[in-house]
Amino acid sequence: MCAAVKYGSRGPALIPRMKTKHRVYYITLFSVVLLGLIATGMFQFWPHSIESSADWTLERRSVHDAPLARLAPTSPLPERGDLSCRMHTCFDVYRCGYNPKNRIKVYIYPLQRFVDEEGVAISSTGLSREYNELLSAVSDSDFYTDDVTRACLFLPSIDVLNQNSLRIRETAQALASLPRWDRGMNHLLFNMLPGGPPDYNTALDVPRDRALLAGGGFSTWTYRQGYDVSIPVYSPLSAEVDLPERQPGPRRFFILSSQTALHREYRVELERLKEENGETILLLDKCSNLSQGHTHTHAHTHAHSPRKRCAKGQVYDYPQILQESSFCVVLRGARLGQAVLSDVLQAGCVPVIMADSYILPFSEVLDWKRASVVIPEEKLPEMYTILKNIPHRQVEEMQRQARWFWEAYFSSMKAIGLTTLQIINDRIYPYAARTYEQWNNPPAVKWSSVSNPLFLPLIPPRSPGFTAVILTYDRIESLFRVITEISKVPSLAKLLIVWNNQNKSPPEESLWPKVAVPLKVVRTKENKLSNRFFPFDEIETEAVLAIDDDIIMLTSDELQFGYEVWREFPDRLVGYPGRLHLWDHELGKWKYESEWTNEVSMVLTGAAFYHKYFNYLYTYKMPGDIKNWVDAHMNCEDIAMNFLVANITGKAPIKVTPRKKFKCPECTAIDGLSLDQTHMVERSECINKFASVFGTMPLKVVEHRADPVLYKDDFPEKLKSFPNIGSL
Amino acid sequence: MQAKKRYLILLSAGLCLLLLYFGGVQVPATSRSRHDRSRSGYRSDQPWPHFSDPLQPFNPWDQTDTVEYNLHISPRQKRDVNSSVYKGKKCRMESCFDLSLCQRNGFKVYVYPQQKGEKISESYLNILSTIESSRLYTSDPGQACLFVLGLDTLDRDQLSPQYVHNLKTKVQSLPLWNNGRNHLIFNLYSGTWPDYTEDLGFDIGQAMLAKASISTENFRPNFDVSIPLFSKDHPRTGGDRGFLKYNIIPPFRKYMLVFKGKRYLTGIGSDTRNALYHVHNAEDVVLLTTCKHGKDWQKHKDARCDRDNTEYDKYDYKEMLHNSTFCLVPRGRRLGSFRFLEALQAACVPVMLSNGWELPFSEVIDWNTAAVIGDERLLLQIPSTVRSIHQDKILSLRQQTQLLWEAYFSSVEKIVLTTLEIIQDRVLQHMSRSSPMWNSHPGGLFALPQYSSHLGDFPFYYAGLGVRPQPKFTAVIHAVTPLVSQSQPILKLLVAVAKSQYCAQIIVLWNCDKPLPSKHRWPATSVPVVVIEGENKVMSSRFQPYETIQTDAVLSLDEDTVLSTTEVDFAFTVWQSFPERIVGYPARSHFWDSNKERWGYTSKWTNDYSMVLTGAAIYHRYYHYLYTHFLPSSLKNMVDQLANCEDILMNFLVSAVSRLPPIKVTQKKQYKETMMGQSSRASRWADPDHFAQRQTCMNKFASWFGGMPLVHSQMRLDPVLFKDQVSILRKKYREIERL
Repeated sequence: MCAAVKYGSRGPALIPRMKTKHRVYYITLFSVVLLGLIATGMFQFWPHSIESSADWTLERRSVHDAPLARLAPTSPLPERGDLSCRMHTCFDVYRCGYNPKNRIKVYIYPLQRFVDEEGVAISSTGLSREYNELLSAVSDSDFYTDDVTRACLFLPSIDVLNQNSLRIRETAQALASLPRWDRGMNHLLFNMLPGGPPDYNTALDVPRDRALLAGGGFSTWTYRQGYDVSIPVYSPLSAEVDLPERQPGPRRFFILSSQTALHREYRVELERLKEENGETILLLDKCSNLSQGHTHTHAHTHAHSPRKRCAKGQVYDYPQILQESSFCVVLRGARLGQAVLSDVLQAGCVPVIMADSYILPFSEVLDWKRASVVIPEEKLPEMYTILKNIPHRQVEEMQRQARWFWEAYFSSMKAIGLTTLQIINDRIYPYAARTYEQWNNPPAVKWSSVSNPLFLPLIPPRSPGFTAVILTYDRIESLFRVITEISKVPSLAKLLIVWNNQNKSPPEESLWPKVAVPLKVVRTKENKLSNRFFPFDEIETEAVLAIDDDIIMLTSDELQFGYEVWREFPDRLVGYPGRLHLWDHELGKWKYESEWTNEVSMVLTGAAFYHKYFNYLYTYKMPGDIKNWVDAHMNCEDIAMNFLVANITGKAPIKVTPRKKFKCPECTAIDGLSLDQTHMVERSECINKFASVFGTMPLKVVEHRADPVLYKDDFPEKLKSFPNIGSL
Repeated sequence: MQAKKRYLILLSAGLCLLLLYFGGVQVPATSRSRHDRSRSGYRSDQPWPHFSDPLQPFNPWDQTDTVEYNLHISPRQKRDVNSSVYKGKKCRMESCFDLSLCQRNGFKVYVYPQQKGEKISESYLNILSTIESSRLYTSDPGQACLFVLGLDTLDRDQLSPQYVHNLKTKVQSLPLWNNGRNHLIFNLYSGTWPDYTEDLGFDIGQAMLAKASISTENFRPNFDVSIPLFSKDHPRTGGDRGFLKYNIIPPFRKYMLVFKGKRYLTGIGSDTRNALYHVHNAEDVVLLTTCKHGKDWQKHKDARCDRDNTEYDKYDYKEMLHNSTFCLVPRGRRLGSFRFLEALQAACVPVMLSNGWELPFSEVIDWNTAAVIGDERLLLQIPSTVRSIHQDKILSLRQQTQLLWEAYFSSVEKIVLTTLEIIQDRVLQHMSRSSPMWNSHPGGLFALPQYSSHLGDFPFYYAGLGVRPQPKFTAVIHAVTPLVSQSQPILKLLVAVAKSQYCAQIIVLWNCDKPLPSKHRWPATSVPVVVIEGENKVMSSRFQPYETIQTDAVLSLDEDTVLSTTEVDFAFTVWQSFPERIVGYPARSHFWDSNKERWGYTSKWTNDYSMVLTGAAIYHRYYHYLYTHFLPSSLKNMVDQLANCEDILMNFLVSAVSRLPPIKVTQKKQYKETMMGQSSRASRWADPDHFAQRQTCMNKFASWFGGMPLVHSQMRLDPVLFKDQVSILRKKYREIERL
């Protein structure tokens, strides 16, 4: 403001030819007004920055500031939930539209305090801490939009987590009064404790028309598959108690039951199991004698300490005791969904769920078979035998999985809320949905598991043949010899010469050797080693033979046989010279080995068959800066390729045919150069560098190589398919 | 002047303040006008506020009433109430299925005898015969857990010639009907023109439906099974493989998206197909419809019909199917169509436009990995949606179509068995397949959860899990001759195998008529030797899943096999790389004898092979389980009666599961000769019948498998330095080269 005034007062200096002083003042005035207007305009354009700065100075908000909304007794009621609702019938998908990010937008209604005509609130608790957490998490996430017109999903700020605290009719009226309610279309309600006495419905009793329900405790009869979302019952202990993750393994107890209000029928069965199978079963109950302040009548109803459990006079800390057992029983109560499931998972104890017809939390995406044992209630007496038959390794995996489910999907209201939204998101954009592995594999498994992009066991036909890709710079004579040699291979489909020399043009067409297959020369823009792995459009076969321009010693039989072997292993590198990586204990790092070893972990791409897909991977998906590193050092492109393929397929390369002496005067690429000490040091460095970029050593060591079935067998040579193998 | 100036400055300063003030309040004012609901400065176009006041916590335990009700409502009563209330459309396993029937004898399926005079379609006959020849079949209704009708319920379209009349009374009069409890009803077509309801035209009571084209509204989750619509020409067993031969990169085909089919003009299911022309571009999106169908199509003919019909005739359906990346599968009158399976087989990724169709076997198959699930309402977005799919995803979708086709859809047998296995998984819930078993190679029908529910116990999942099999094997030596001398080959073999660093234990399977030799007759070895008497002393007992076999790998040996420790060691290291295959020494081959029109068997030295003999081979112990529990007793009995072909059957089995050839490793020269020279073997191998039997076996097996599962290989695996010109001292497996 002051600056504006100052600026305004400097006005006259800018207009020296003004004659009267009055004019000066008018101009000053005018410019002040103008600046004021500009300032006003600026406020219009940046309302948020002003607002947020105001927020900083203001006290934090209170729920009591929320506007009051009075519901008339005649205010309309929504219809009851429609059980036949599905996404394609009750959900307006046009609101979500096509969007390149494949993300739905979620709008949250501002908080209102709904009261009836007498001014009595519709809920005894109002906004709960947990629902508030959920809404804040949504509003901080990238699902959130503040633009009601762009929203695909609407979250009412009316808290219906616990039906017990609600006045059903008024809550329904409040829902119907929402401005975009429109029969509940695209509205999502979160409820964890549905139903009320005596029947305890398994879904929220509040009439809600077409609204989606994220409910904890659905039964198969109330759950609308593919429409509703089954969510866990949040356990506030999650936030209160920090249970460190425990290594999976055998525990002190085999089966533990920690629920306090169990029906007598269950308790009798559990007691019998304990009698039959002894001390490895621990049955806990509430500690009635701890609550000394209470009278007898209240003792069993009033709050016993949720953090203590008792068995035969012994007191145990809850939920810590859950960590001492391999399996933990989760039985149904009046409601199907039990908060104890969350505690059990947090403790890394495998839940044994006995609640017939219960829809497990997030069952649409989570594979509960990997984290729990589900047993029909009737089979409770057989529980012990069933659990004993589960292999130990599997129990350990289930323990790990249980803990991971809790961490990822149960641990906070944020986790529960965002998982629910992600599930709905996946339904609307199914082609961009998270995969089974993304939902279910814990990080450790994601890290160690391999998803081979060429996973179908397929032996491609011989007929398409292979494309030979020869990287060359200027060794024309040697190149021509290689071309002539390769052209004798029956399955050769095409020759592709990658001309890596920008200073020199390739020889004229007439000078090239005459070959029966198409020969194509591509010129590159830069002299990079990576060019040999570029997925050129000219490569029309899936099999690629990468070959150096000096590899003239491979016979036609050897090459053809290599191709046949590749057909049996199309997802591997199939090559001729093999190499090995070794751990150097003295230096504490990896070492490259090219000697006569009994093992192989790499094949050199100076002569190797592989799938064209790996060209694409090398060029576009190589992790870290490996590609640039290779181009800068003009070395190790083959090692990088071996790392890449082994890492993505988890498989070793295949070395074919016996070792050759690759001796020729100009040969430098393979054995000639390999003997050079500095070269060896550099290649060892490559291995260490790549291993650190990949974060692991993906190479696999094997002790075999592939030879023709009758290789060196005492059998007439002319009857062998590949007689000319291994000649020096 | 000075004063005037001062006033003016003051004035302008005041104005400036005033303007700022207005500017400041204008913002909330405008927003208020936009969202007039939020009063008192409470605004919605802003993230959820952070409330400072203490909020009531959510408390899931502390409800007195719940605790009481937990104690008062008897769970047993509650279950009884459920099963009496939830009937008909609300049927679930909990309420309409009697699990106790399955408890006694496991999951057994009974098929009602076919009544005389009842016409039964070929498809239904195929379904029934599949069940009757499966391992789940029982002919005793008293043992059964699931019942399948002998009455043809496949076609319930009243206008169809296959329609069976009076089904209602026929079904009601069945003695075991029991209001449909534990019954499974197969159906392909229901309802008829014009509304095509999903009603079968008779009261199915509490029976489960295995039904094609079922909608999500009528589908009773975890009770019904959605099956694919298949034609009457669908093969009973085996079936054609998928059409995908290789994975081209980039994975795009000539067309992006194609469709060729009828357009109904009016009535149910016509909207989507009528609108297809909007996205047709005649280049890479080719969606063709014809109005010609039925007799009176001319009546409903619209303005586009003539143009559409001519365009329609320009393209060949098969050609489009094979040359398109995506295939549109819109609903017809009914939700499902033949096109779905056709696209799947052709590796043309199906793009589903059939709102509300419960996809086939949706309970276990993750269709997002093999199809694009579109929404009929968003038809116009379909081209941009499929174009946005990344090529890595296309590559994987395409391979998955083939995997699923071959695992569950290629024959009536597979469809029926998948249906039954899904139900079995529900019945034996704690012993059921997890999702990866259903959705990855080799599929749920080959992964038996009764063996183990742990992925790491199967040979197929090691690579995916990134783990290796245990580094130990158990040798199983099949002994048929009595132990008379200390120089018998079996004793040499035992010593040689026991010396292997990978050997965990040796099992001698005593299938000899003579009594067991006393313990001291066996040589002392560093690994335990267990002698088991074979059950009935039959051939198949060598592939029994003995509990004593604790290692992943089994080395199967004949008593007269000659092997050195080095050879065993090497073969085992090779097997660790290929745990899902058989790794062995002597190999055999099959060929198609076109003159005799049957499969031939050869033991000659050839340039390729498709079997390795199980007289000396390493494979995963799971194949013992599969051999014993998966193969039908007809084949196993044949092997036992002939005392021959067990190795051929094992090779068939492993190749049918892995779809890959076995692996032959190098062997010492004299192996073959020595083997042939031995007494017991000599008689067996020299017998001219022996060879003829094996030929017969091959053809018999091939007909049960519905095709020839064996695959040829041209390579043998040798140690890296095998016969290389380097000092033998450098070689790890030098024994193999020594004669």
